[in-house]
Amino acid sequence: MPDFLLQTVFNASYAASYMALIAVGLVLIFGVMGVINFAHGELYMAGAYAIVFFYAWTGLPFFVAVALGLVFVGCLGVLMELTLFRPLRTNPLGGLIASIGFLLILQTLAVLGFGLRNQNVPSVTQGRITVGGAFLTYERLYVIIATVVLLAVLWLFLRRSKFGWALRACAQDREAAALQGISINQTARYAMFIGAALAGVAGAMTAPLVAPSPYMGHGVIVTAFIIIIVGGIGSLEGAVVAAVLYAFVHTFVTTFYDGVIANIVGLLLMLAVLVVKPQGLFGVRERA
Amino acid sequence: MPEKTTMGGAGLIGILILAVVLIAVPHLVSFSQQELLVLLTINVLVVVSYRLQTLTGEWSLAHVVMMGAGAYGSALFAKSFGFPVPLAMIAGAITAGLIAAALSFPLFRMKGFYFLIGSFAAGEILRLIWKRFTDPFGGPKGIQRIPGFPEIDLGFIHIDFYDPANYYYLVLVVVLVSLWVLYRVEKSRIGLTFNAIHWQDKLSESVGVDAFRYRMLAFVIASFFAGLAGALYAHYLSTVNPNQFDVNTMVYVLIWTIVGGTSRWYGPILGVVALTIVDEVILRSIGVDQVRPLLYGLILILAILFLPNGLESVVIKAKDALLNRGRAGVPDGSAALRK
Repeated sequence: MPDFLLQTVFNASYAASYMALIAVGLVLIFGVMGVINFAHGELYMAGAYAIVFFYAWTGLPFFVAVALGLVFVGCLGVLMELTLFRPLRTNPLGGLIASIGFLLILQTLAVLGFGLRNQNVPSVTQGRITVGGAFLTYERLYVIIATVVLLAVLWLFLRRSKFGWALRACAQDREAAALQGISINQTARYAMFIGAALAGVAGAMTAPLVAPSPYMGHGVIVTAFIIIIVGGIGSLEGAVVAAVLYAFVHTFVTTFYDGVIANIVGLLLMLAVLVVKPQGLFGVRERA
Repeated sequence: MPEKTTMGGAGLIGILILAVVLIAVPHLVSFSQQELLVLLTINVLVVVSYRLQTLTGEWSLAHVVMMGAGAYGSALFAKSFGFPVPLAMIAGAITAGLIAAALSFPLFRMKGFYFLIGSFAAGEILRLIWKRFTDPFGGPKGIQRIPGFPEIDLGFIHIDFYDPANYYYLVLVVVLVSLWVLYRVEKSRIGLTFNAIHWQDKLSESVGVDAFRYRMLAFVIASFFAGLAGALYAHYLSTVNPNQFDVNTMVYVLIWTIVGGTSRWYGPILGVVALTIVDEVILRSIGVDQVRPLLYGLILILAILFLPNGLESVVIKAKDALLNRGRAGVPDGSAALRK
């Protein structure tokens, strides 16, 4: 039984890691741009397909392929900012619809380029850590390490660099930030690059574990929405805490009952948090 | 600004033409398009009732699940309790309204994006319950062999509702009556209060409007009509399952509504009709089935970039241009365009 519990903890930590990457990206985009990026799950999908292309097909080393995936998906994010979110900046519902359009385009391109079936990505390494009867494969460990490192770097960037200050200023009050001489366009571009790239890395790192398919983003985006709501929209720390909370609850309920019950419990958890704290765990105030 | 309520001769002619088109259209299209026409007419009710809910300024993502509640309710009333189908449909719609009333208590503690996702969660829980519990909801397979609408046989006249053209007329009547009710609600004191809460919720509360009760009322009315649409849907397809009411369907309702525009009652109708024709008729006839979602996505993006106020803004501008032709120099027109 302790082994079994430990195994579930390992599984939950893995799930928490990549969900935290995705949710933090989504929060960053919402915070700075004020737009709900429905295509975020498809950016995750694009990251996974970058691995299919660069690693499984082209044969580049795995981590080089991950880096290329990061840049590629980040550029997709910048493309979205330039073509969709910038012209629709005063129209959040319009941005939502445009991101749905973008989502359909990305899905179709994945189908056209790679086909409908799940892609097989060869495993990177067979190694695993064994603790008693429980084990954690290196592939999953890499995901956890990558998450911790990337989120630490992001935190330092946001707290310590001048540009991080500008980004947070924009998230707090766009007009006031612009009055201080901060370029909204430039900040939005960076936020979109970082947010998208985080989702891309999550997709790239998990690609060998999940067998990418064109519609893999769908389940992820729903979970990501739940997480950012529980954490409080606009709060990066909240997103991380909520990702861990949600992943542990969901993994444990899945292990002991079944997946559908786990989804129901996850949603009930979220409703409960919202009823008690209508602005999420770490939410400060409602953005108009 | 209030629209012109009196109707000129041109309006009367327009309504006559529309009536002829609505009556003639099932005889002008193929069988599969007749089936599409039934679903499109049902979807018109779904989007117009959705717009009523959004009048209070809160966007729900539970609307399609409410439609499902009506569909499941009506199917169960008819199949398990032996209600006659027309009665079961109304009972199903009432069920959806009651569920909405119950959900209002947790949901309207939230606002904005929190309400959007909170309503999604509440709806999703309901949908997962249908999926998880085989008794009485049938699990993932849903409910099958739902009784159809009873045929009318008066000796000299015999109407069989398994024929999509006949079912279309039934749906058309139900939808038109519902649209009229929804229109009257919007133009009434209640509808004006919805608008007041949307644009000035603190101010309206300060003059004694109970914002919570009006938000709840809008949600309940919208859910009742969504449930009615769901019931029409269930007894037409004779099967319901949880996947029909998932978030993908909701996203389409959202797309139709926003692309059509929400400042006028006819905006969402324009959206659902135009996008359905584009997707199901034009794109299908080009014959590039694999690329269809891509083209649809492009059309969405272009529509929202170039018509940010929806397709209705074209109609509003055209109407203003026509009205102002006689009296040039009156600079109202597009000032009344938005809000």
